[in-house]
Amino acid sequence: MSRIANAFADQKAFIAFLTAGDPDYETSLRNFRAVIEAGADLIEVGIPFSDPIAEGPVIQEADIRALESGMTTDKVFELVRELRKETQIPIVFMTYANPVYHYGADTFFEKAADCGADGIIIPDCPFEEKAEFEKSAADHGIDLISMIAPTSEQRIKEIAGSAKGFLYVVSSLGVTGVRSEITTDLSSIMKLIREATDIPAAIGFGISRPDQAQKMSRLADGVIVGSAMVRIVAKYGKDAPDQLAEYVRSMKQAMAEA
Amino acid sequence: MNQTEKGRFGQFGGQYIPETLMNEIHKLEEAYEHYKNDPKFVAELDKLNREYAGRPSLLYYAEKMTKDLGGAKIYLKREDLNHTGSHKINNVLGQVLLAKKMGKTRVIAETGAGQHGVATATAAALMDLECEIFMGEEDTQRQALNVFRMELLGAKVHPVKTGTRVLKDAVNEAMREWTSRVDDTLYVLGSVMGPHPFPTIVRDFQAVISKESRAQILEAEGKLPDAVVACVGGGSNAIGSFYEYIKDEGVKLIGCEAAGLGVDNPKNAATIANGSMGIFHGMKSLFCQDEYGQIAPVYSISAGLDYPGIGPEHAYLSSIGRAQYVPITDEEAVKAFEYLSRTEGIIPAIESSHAVAQVMKIAPNMPKDAVIVCTISGRGDKDVAAIARYRGVELYE
Repeated sequence: MSRIANAFADQKAFIAFLTAGDPDYETSLRNFRAVIEAGADLIEVGIPFSDPIAEGPVIQEADIRALESGMTTDKVFELVRELRKETQIPIVFMTYANPVYHYGADTFFEKAADCGADGIIIPDCPFEEKAEFEKSAADHGIDLISMIAPTSEQRIKEIAGSAKGFLYVVSSLGVTGVRSEITTDLSSIMKLIREATDIPAAIGFGISRPDQAQKMSRLADGVIVGSAMVRIVAKYGKDAPDQLAEYVRSMKQAMAEA
Repeated sequence: MNQTEKGRFGQFGGQYIPETLMNEIHKLEEAYEHYKNDPKFVAELDKLNREYAGRPSLLYYAEKMTKDLGGAKIYLKREDLNHTGSHKINNVLGQVLLAKKMGKTRVIAETGAGQHGVATATAAALMDLECEIFMGEEDTQRQALNVFRMELLGAKVHPVKTGTRVLKDAVNEAMREWTSRVDDTLYVLGSVMGPHPFPTIVRDFQAVISKESRAQILEAEGKLPDAVVACVGGGSNAIGSFYEYIKDEGVKLIGCEAAGLGVDNPKNAATIANGSMGIFHGMKSLFCQDEYGQIAPVYSISAGLDYPGIGPEHAYLSSIGRAQYVPITDEEAVKAFEYLSRTEGIIPAIESSHAVAQVMKIAPNMPKDAVIVCTISGRGDKDVAAIARYRGVELYE
């Protein structure tokens, strides 16, 4: 069983996103370690990009902080390599098409696999453009994660049907960021996904509170949290690890009670 | 004619956008394919172009400039005389009419210099649509008059405070806004960029420039021009100026990029000269970027050319050698701005001045029976204060 499949095998997975290098390399490494130790089931490592068009202000600012601290794609690989020495948790990159394309997709995925990553999410690479990265990713054993949005409708079947790793279900219209309420009819979307594939599906965008995580984990196989965690990094700086750990535990507990 | 497969110009183009927008972009594609062949739509747009925008625009023989430079005969395609003062109205009337047909009640747009924002606000006012414009905060300061103009037309202007606070960031913000509200909203993209079908839609609506100029020059000179010159940011007036001549292999097509302080100075926006292959803003094309694919902050005195990428069809025309792209510095553009004002009594937009500067370079070396068509994409009233400041006169709007 792959590391990604394993994360969903006998539990609802809590998926934690942080931008690598935010606010600096060392703190970022400690943040990831804290999140893993506190029980996250899969981590998303954001490779910062200058123009993250799918992100709300919280993650945009994290990308700026990381880039200003001197973070590069090569240093993100280094960070993942250090984490991989310590843990078997599945690690998935999250970045945009250009950092991968400009690096050279084949070299990128070769290095991604070499440092111990399992998958990648590229929000500006929809189903129609998957061919750009699919083969190089697969050649190196990296799962190219597909996304499903509230507007996907009849596209769900074909996207889910050829998905790898897990499906990233976007909970709401718009960009990433904390939302007080999620109004999309996610149970209908999940029903269509279940009809098309056995691959696990996790819901992300807008989830920040334990009660939301609990509600979403009743619908899906996992819950993805990004902005709420990045906000903790922004607020607590070098003291973020303890705060992040406490937050992850509270989310995990709420999901366990689902 | 250059499309090798759907949405691609050679290897350039594509649809690199979030899944949330994909259904909508397919609907737009379907609607456009339908309406572009619908005689009623074509007639309506033609009527708007003639009776509202003032088309056809003049092809003016710049006799004094021709004599002064002493070489090729210079004709100016006067897009500056269009309603709202630039070529942007050509595309906007088409897209806003399309939005209306699609049942949309709201349009959003990015703007750099403010020309596309003003044109969009104008068309939205005319066709009763709600309108919101995203403009980099720095540009709202450089082009304060256009901000008020848009507001006067009933649009809401959002100063974009993220990133480098210029055109690129305005596009980011407009795309983010579109993902949050797709049902009732069309993103009216201002240039031949972004995901398919935008580069094709905008090109088709702007092609009216070369359709007219080709007929006008044949009428005036009895032959095709030797060169067609236009400025390039994203590239909408340039592709419009080139399109009907692409098949005429004897006609040189020259796009003028903003070189800011010079192509060797980091403060420039010359994408063909300095860019490399990338994927950004929905398209595969050339972009100014660093070794890790981070989009570079670019600079030009012209807010309308201050963009780190170029439309995919231009990247393609450059790659096959059909069009040539040359860098023009701020200083050269400002001199051309002043030159055309004094010589012909025409104040060109600082964007268009980049094209005028190239004409000033090449015309003297061409024979007297050679002909150049240069597009004056917009009028320069909006730039007067900025040029005064460039020359050390503390003038504010």
